[in-house]
Amino acid sequence: MRVLPPGGGDSKNSENERIKEKTMDKEFTTVSIPTSLHKKIEEAIQGTEIGSVSAYVVKVVRESLSKEQEAKEVFSKEEEEKVKERLKALGYID
Amino acid sequence: MIQPHGGKLIERVLTGAKKDKALGKAKRLPRLKLDPESVSDVENMATGVYSPLEGFLGEKDFRNVLNQMRLADDLPWTVPIVLDVDKAAADGFKPGGEVLLVSEEDRPVAILNLEEKYTYDKAEFAQKVFGTTDRAHPGVAKVMGMKDVLLAGKIDLIELAPTPFDRWKLSPRETRVLFKEKGWKTVVAFQTRNTPHIGHEYVQKTALTFTDGIFVNPVIGKKKKGDFKDEVILASYEELIRNYYLKERAVMAILQMEMRYAGPREAIHHAILRKNFGCTHIIIGRDHAGVGTYYHPYAAQEIFDEFPDLGIVPLFFRAFSFCKKCNSVVNEKTCPHPSSEHIQFSGTKIRDLLVQGIIPPAELIRPEVAKIIMQFKEPFNE
Repeated sequence: MRVLPPGGGDSKNSENERIKEKTMDKEFTTVSIPTSLHKKIEEAIQGTEIGSVSAYVVKVVRESLSKEQEAKEVFSKEEEEKVKERLKALGYID
Repeated sequence: MIQPHGGKLIERVLTGAKKDKALGKAKRLPRLKLDPESVSDVENMATGVYSPLEGFLGEKDFRNVLNQMRLADDLPWTVPIVLDVDKAAADGFKPGGEVLLVSEEDRPVAILNLEEKYTYDKAEFAQKVFGTTDRAHPGVAKVMGMKDVLLAGKIDLIELAPTPFDRWKLSPRETRVLFKEKGWKTVVAFQTRNTPHIGHEYVQKTALTFTDGIFVNPVIGKKKKGDFKDEVILASYEELIRNYYLKERAVMAILQMEMRYAGPREAIHHAILRKNFGCTHIIIGRDHAGVGTYYHPYAAQEIFDEFPDLGIVPLFFRAFSFCKKCNSVVNEKTCPHPSSEHIQFSGTKIRDLLVQGIIPPAELIRPEVAKIIMQFKEPFNE
């Protein structure tokens, strides 16, 4: 994903990102964000190891998506009881 | 409880009529013999240890794992799980067809629903996964010796192989029920391929201070020369846990899998597998899954920055030693004393003493554990 403010964004960083994309075996798509937010992110990542606005947004979005997964049981009550019998036989539970 | 990686715990173990049907048609299928390591991979896929994988990687996923350390759907995955065959054998298998996977003893293991065949560059595989093409690296040696074609497709397990360690073998479904039964909401995993010394115990108990339970999870399977034998590791941990841990706070079960010694990539891989077992945290120490000096000592901790969406939380520990002045296990952040006061937890030193029949100092290893190890005539892999 490449993140651009409306109007295209910083030409040097954009060019660097285009070169990086061409050399990497990966598909990218473009997402637009407000110019003000792009600028805010650029300022926030200065001096950090995050190399670009795109990298920052990718990181934050991945983190956010992973938290949205709903927790639910992976076994039924019947499966649970059957497993408990084995666990008892092996001495894991009383 | 923590979600399995990818959101679904995979189950591809045939039972009942489906198993009978598979055994019935097995006689008519082309067959492929697997080494024990690939049998473990098949079992781990079928029982959910490798969730979300349902089979050996196809080319798109394989390339993404090499280049991005993610599957094609962006889910973190760092170690390729692949099945190699020579070209002549590959020519006998048709995509869309089924292949019977058998063990070295000719025991039916699984049906492979073949989806594709593809070639790959071994040097690229080695460089990207291990960071080197030095054949002295055990993982590189294995990859460079692999056959030229990879088969991809979902597997259906016919039967789990019996092992001498079945008493310690739990599937992710079983560990999740166990953790629930114990009332553990947070569980820290400890991955090991060694017998425990005091330093390991210190790290485990420090992590346990912040979680409800600890899951000691030794890797059982092909390891390198000089590593402790599996039965020695299990016996020594059983003794340690029995004497020094609360039963309601510590459990042990094995992970049957080949060690790749891929350092940072394997640290992420290990974290994913323990997430599938139901662990919320994992201990990552110095040079996790490393070998020799191929990886920076803390590269296996730094790599976690690239995976904010991993789901399982790493607990990082620095190198530790025993300080005679502090009279306890310490690390560089907790001890002000010079190195002259420190005793290093050297695996080589402990091993040499044990081989000579000398119980190492109690600052290094619990005497009960040492005595258990010394009961084995040949405790190390040759």
